[in-house]
Amino acid sequence: MFEFPDFLRFEISEPIDKVVQWMLLNWDAAFEAIRRIILVMFNGVESFLSIIPWWLYIIGLFIIGWKLYNVKAGIILSMMLTAIGLFGLWDLMIYTLVIVIISVIVSILIGLPTGILMAKSELAKKIIMPILDGMQTMPSFVYLLPAIMFFSFGRVPAIIATTTYAIAPLIKLTYLGISTVNKEVIEAGKSFGSTSMQMLFKIEIPQSLSSIMTGVNQTTMMAMAMVVISSMIGAEGIGEQVLISIRRLEVGKGFQAGLAIVFLAIILDRILQGSAKKLKERA
Amino acid sequence: MTDKKIEVKGLTLVFGKNRERGIKLLEQGKTIQEIREETGIAIGVNNVSFDVEEGEMFVIVGLSGSGKSSLIRCMNLLNIPTRGELLIDGENIVNYDKEQLKELRRNKVAMVFQHFGLLSHRTVLKNVEYGLEVQGVDETQRKKKSLETIELVGLAGWEDYFPRQLSGGMKQRVGLARALTNEPEILLMDEPFSALDPLIRRDMQKELLSIEDYMDKTIVFITHDMNEAFRLGDRVALLKDGELVQLGKPKEFFENPANDYVKSFIEDVDKSRILRVKSIMEKPTIVGTKGQNRLELVEQLVELQIEHCYVINEEQVLIGYVELEKLKNSQQETIDKSIDRNYEAINRNAYLSDIWTKLSESDIEVAITDKRNRLKGVINYEAVVEALS
Ligand SMILES: Nc1ncnc2c1ncn2[C@@H]1O[C@H](COP(=O)(O)OP(=O)(O)O)[C@@H](O)[C@H]1O
Ligand SMILES: [Mg+2]
Repeated sequence: MFEFPDFLRFEISEPIDKVVQWMLLNWDAAFEAIRRIILVMFNGVESFLSIIPWWLYIIGLFIIGWKLYNVKAGIILSMMLTAIGLFGLWDLMIYTLVIVIISVIVSILIGLPTGILMAKSELAKKIIMPILDGMQTMPSFVYLLPAIMFFSFGRVPAIIATTTYAIAPLIKLTYLGISTVNKEVIEAGKSFGSTSMQMLFKIEIPQSLSSIMTGVNQTTMMAMAMVVISSMIGAEGIGEQVLISIRRLEVGKGFQAGLAIVFLAIILDRILQGSAKKLKERA
Repeated sequence: MTDKKIEVKGLTLVFGKNRERGIKLLEQGKTIQEIREETGIAIGVNNVSFDVEEGEMFVIVGLSGSGKSSLIRCMNLLNIPTRGELLIDGENIVNYDKEQLKELRRNKVAMVFQHFGLLSHRTVLKNVEYGLEVQGVDETQRKKKSLETIELVGLAGWEDYFPRQLSGGMKQRVGLARALTNEPEILLMDEPFSALDPLIRRDMQKELLSIEDYMDKTIVFITHDMNEAFRLGDRVALLKDGELVQLGKPKEFFENPANDYVKSFIEDVDKSRILRVKSIMEKPTIVGTKGQNRLELVEQLVELQIEHCYVINEEQVLIGYVELEKLKNSQQETIDKSIDRNYEAINRNAYLSDIWTKLSESDIEVAITDKRNRLKGVINYEAVVEALS
């Protein structure tokens, strides 16, 4: 048969391991700092979300749905949220929400400047765009690997993996938004003697806000999808419930948890899409 | 003498990366089309020179693609000239550094755009405030100033609306107000009315003239519409393929078209509806001043063999006219008691078609004034007949 010859071997697994070892050893402080920052954020967001009583979430969501769409949407959305509570998954949902929110915040903090840089620099665009394309075609669980390598198990690697998986669309849509601002509007801004910072904050970002919001929405959806997979490396939350049910073959429980994830995703999607639409109407 | 506000000297603008090559090909005598077809290099402006005078409404006209936008964008360096000089108040702005350019754009030159260029995320007021905002003017002051210009362009009451809620004509009023709020010395307008309906365009033209009349700004106005050019312009520059074909007062285009291209351009223009009084008015031979010595003026009038003249005050404002006979018979020291205040003046922006009757009824030269009633010139029946023939 045509077997690949044994003597033709060139494995890269070993050098990779070596590099990782080296990085862990020498960049220890940096990884520790990242871990600390993320934990602080986690605790902050979690304690904030936990003070809000459950019924306030439901009422608040009803009002948001009503303002963004109509009364019917408000009712449906708040019913979905109620269902999650009825399933006994409320606390786990909050936990999942914390991971998603932090991933989205970190994505915005990193993605917004990156997208702007790409719009401003042809070179940056040429380097970053193919990387983003590559990231978007990679299977999601591949992202777990580097996260485990550098941060072992727990919520920190889960957030890292979720963020790296979800950030691409936000960067792309920020880039798209900034680079397609109406040319005459840009010229008008320049013609009044705006500095480049004023151009950015008074014209370019506000003008691409609806595109950026669409990016935030897509990033949130991807973070929701990744959160389940991240439970494989120790993220608690509803995703973990699904994982446990799979292991124990508890079909009903697994389905229930799955449904809760879908509800949460729909709720987040509708809120973000509604706000993006409101922004677009302005433009 | 009027001052030169803008001087354009041998200005050439080549787009893209191969600018030097473009210049070289031009120097070899190739036309813009040849260069574009053979090398793909786009040339916007080819060796154009002219001056714009202080307080003048200077119109640049030409077909689409003739290089009008390319040229006007050089005046605030949105385009950077490849060759030549562009002087504003005698300073060459082409070599300005970042800081100087910022100052120029903030304090001296403002622009109005064809598709308005409004910020859709800001209200009318916030749009109009923009120029002052980037300069760091404090909020109360910029609001006060903005409300004034909003009122001036007739948009009072619309401050809190968003651009998407306004009609095209109103949007351009916002664009105009935004530019005026900066109190620029020079206003650049790139086809500001081309996107508007004909009726609204007429209104806007009228209003622009009245604002200009009032503010004495230097305006560079671009249009592809010959009628608009002649209606508005003190002087008109006709561009073709990035080159200047003819430059002059509207009436000079009719009297002396430079070539057949110009002739075909002005062929179906109704002169009387287009030529404005100010384009054919003349400087009065002599003007009296309030408080002037009577005998001195009598002497001057006799010497010039003129029967009457207009009288202005210190602020150039027209107050009446005096007749030589009356002056001679007066016993006063000054001319003040002899001034006849029963005169009729015509605004300098009136069209010839509109002043016809007034002019034929008057037996003396008619005074031409601006909005503040300052004497700008005189006009007589014969001059109009000649201009329209
Ligand atoms: N940014 C640009 N890059 C390349 N070519 C341009 C650019 N802007 C204008 N041109 C070309 O320059 C010529 C003059 O264009 P423009 O100044 O816009 O004409 P107008 O304003 O009179 O319609 C046209 O041939 C146009 O294609
Ligand atoms: Mg143009």
